[in-house]
Amino acid sequence: MTRIDTTFASLKSQGRAGLVTFVMAGDPDHETSAAIIAALPGAGADVIELGMPFTDPMADGPAIQAAGLRALKAGATLRQTLELVRGFRNTNGTTPIVLMGYYNPIYVYGVEKFLVDAKDAGVDGLIVVDLPPEEDAELCLPALKAGLNFIRLATPTTDDKRLPAVLANTSGFVYYVSITGITGSAAPDTNKVAAAVARIKRHTQLPVAVGFGVRRAEQARDFGAAADAVVVGSALVDTVRAHLTADGAPGPETVPAVAALVTDLAAGVKAARSK
Amino acid sequence: MTIQQPNSFRTGPDEHGRFGNFGGRFVAETLMPLILDLEKAYTDARRDPAFQREMDGHLKTFVGRPSPLYFAERMTAHLGGAKIYFKREELNHTGAHKVNNVLGQIMLARRMGKKRIIAETGAGMHGVATATLCARFGLDCIVYMGAVDVARQEPNVFRMKMLGAEVRPVQSGTRTLKDAMNEALRDWVTNVADTFYCIGTVAGPHPYPMMVRDFQSIIGQETRVQMQEAEGRLPDSLVACIGGGSNAMGLFHPFLDDRQVEIYGVEAAGHGLTGLHAASIAGGRPGVLHGNRTYLLMNEDGQIQDAHSISAGLDYPGIGPEHAWLHDVGRVNFLSATDDEAVAALQLCSRLEGIIPALESAHALAQVEKIAPQKPKDHLMVVNISGRGDKDLASVAQYLAERA
Ligand SMILES: Cc1ncc(COP(=O)(O)O)c(C=O)c1O
Repeated sequence: MTRIDTTFASLKSQGRAGLVTFVMAGDPDHETSAAIIAALPGAGADVIELGMPFTDPMADGPAIQAAGLRALKAGATLRQTLELVRGFRNTNGTTPIVLMGYYNPIYVYGVEKFLVDAKDAGVDGLIVVDLPPEEDAELCLPALKAGLNFIRLATPTTDDKRLPAVLANTSGFVYYVSITGITGSAAPDTNKVAAAVARIKRHTQLPVAVGFGVRRAEQARDFGAAADAVVVGSALVDTVRAHLTADGAPGPETVPAVAALVTDLAAGVKAARSK
Repeated sequence: MTIQQPNSFRTGPDEHGRFGNFGGRFVAETLMPLILDLEKAYTDARRDPAFQREMDGHLKTFVGRPSPLYFAERMTAHLGGAKIYFKREELNHTGAHKVNNVLGQIMLARRMGKKRIIAETGAGMHGVATATLCARFGLDCIVYMGAVDVARQEPNVFRMKMLGAEVRPVQSGTRTLKDAMNEALRDWVTNVADTFYCIGTVAGPHPYPMMVRDFQSIIGQETRVQMQEAEGRLPDSLVACIGGGSNAMGLFHPFLDDRQVEIYGVEAAGHGLTGLHAASIAGGRPGVLHGNRTYLLMNEDGQIQDAHSISAGLDYPGIGPEHAWLHDVGRVNFLSATDDEAVAALQLCSRLEGIIPALESAHALAQVEKIAPQKPKDHLMVVNISGRGDKDLASVAQYLAERA
C-alpha cells in the first residue's frame, strides 16, 4: 500500500470524496512554495499534486504556463522540486505527493536516478502528461518497479476500446480529464462527468479523480458527488498570482490566500455526499 | 558509442514511430486516439492509387511541378570546384517546398472529413501554403505564429490574411516557432472532433515525421531523374538547410541508400555556435519535445532554450527525429552557417545567378561556398533552393543597414 492507496481507502471509509490540490513547485519562489505546500493538508487537501516546471507545457492553459515560468524565473529545477518534497516529509508522513509534469526534465535527469531520488524524497506517484501507454517502457514500467504509482489521464477521447490499454499499468488512481482541452478551461456539466466516471468504473476498481475546470466550492461539491476525488489546479495558481506584488514578489497574503481557497474547496467536497 | 550501420537507411520508422531511439509518440492522452486515426488514414491513403493520382494532378497543375534542376553556371565558375545544380523549389506555387507537404496533408484531411485546419508557422511559408490550399479546397484555416515572427515576416502575414486564413499571434514563451507549435497543439487538444493539425516539418509525433517526409520526397525523386537526364548519373553530393528538416529530408531520403552520395545538412549557427544559435545537432542533446525524441537545445535541467537565427524558418530548438538518427548512424553530415554567412551567401547568389534565395536556403549556399571549392570539377553537387527570398528582403535590408 502506498500513501495514495491508504488515503483513498480512508476516504472510502469516511464516505466522502477527496480534494486533490495542484500547485506549481517553486512558484513564486522556493521558500514560499514550501510554505504553501506545508499549509495544504491543514487546509483540507487530501492529496498534493506538485507541478514540475517546464518551459513548454503543451497541455496547459495560461494560468499554469505562467506559474511554471514564475518558478523557472526564480531558479526552480527538478532537483529543487525533489527538495521541496523532502522538506515536506520532515513534518508530514501521510499526505500523498504526486509529481505532475512533462517527460523531458525527467529524461534529462536520467530515469533510473530520478526514480531513486523521487522515492527517497518521499514522492508517491507520477503523472506525466506526454507519456501515453504507447510509451510505457520509458518511465511507467520502471516507476511501477520502483514502487511509485503511475497515474494515467483518461479523457473524453479515450473510448471503451482504448480504456483497458490506458488502465492496464495505471495505479493509485485514475485522473479523468473532464474536457477535451487545456488546463484552466471551463468545466463541463456534472451529468456528463458522472456518466464518464461511471464508464471508467466499469473498467477498473481504482478510485477516479476528476479535474480540469474546477474553480469553486459548489463545483467541487457537484463533482465530488460523482467521483472519488476532485482536482483543483488553475484556481490555486491564479490565487498565488493574484497575491504577488507588482514586481512578482510574494507578500504576507500569498500563503494564507491559497490556504483559504483550499479550505473553501474542501468544505465543498465534504458536502458532496451529505446532500 | 559505435552504432551498427543498417542494411538500408530507408526502412524507418518502426511500428512505434521510432528511428533508432528517436521519434515516438510523446503526446497527451487526449491526442493519442487522434494520431492513431491519422496513422490509419494515412496508411490507407498511401495504398490507394486514386489518392496518388489526384495528388499528382494537383502537383502538376496547381503547384507547378516538376521543379527544374538548374545548372548554376556562374556560381560554379566563381567557386572553381564542383559543378553546382540548384533544385528550384522556390519556383513552386507559394514560393517554397512547404506546399508539397501541405497538399498531401490537406488531401488527407479531406479524406478524413475534417473541415477545420490548424497550422504553426515560423517564416510564414508553411502558413501561406496551408492558407493557399485551404482557400483552394474551401476549408477553414487558422495559423499560429509567434509574435516575434509576425513582426519580422509581415508580408507573409498579409498573404495569409488575403487568402482568408486567421493568423493568431502567439505571445507565450519565446514567441517564436516552438511556441506556435505549443499553441497549435493546445488548439488541437481542445478541438478534437473537426480539426486537422497540418504540421509543417518532419517533426511532431508519429506519423508526422514519416508522412511529411513521404510528401516531400518528390524533391529527391525528381532530382534523381533530372540528374540522370542532365549528366547520365547520380549526383555526388546533396546540400540542404535544416529547420525541422523537411526540405532536406525530401531531397535526401531517395538517396540514403546510394552510399557514394555525400549528404550535408546545414543548421543555423545564428551568432555562432558559442552564442545564440539554432543548431540542435551541433549544440543540443537528445530530449523529448513536441511529441518526439530528438536533439534539442536545452539547459542542464531539461528546460528548452531560446533558439536564434536571422531566418525565422530555422529558428527552432529541435530537428526532425529521422535526422537525429541519420546523424547518430553517420549517414548525414551536419554542418552549420551563421547569420553573417547566410546573408553573404544570399547576396552572392542573387548577383551571380539572378535568384534571390530565402534566408533559410542561403544557409545551405553558405556551406556550398565552403565545400564546392574542395571538390573536383566533375563532382556533381545539388543544393536545395527551398524557397525564394522575397519575404526576407526587409530583414536583410535592416541587417545590412545595422552593419553599414
Ligand atoms: C524556404 C524555407 N526553407 C526551409 C525552411 C525550414 O524548414 P525545413 O527544415 O522543414 O525545410 C523553411 C521554414 O519555414 C522555409 O520557409
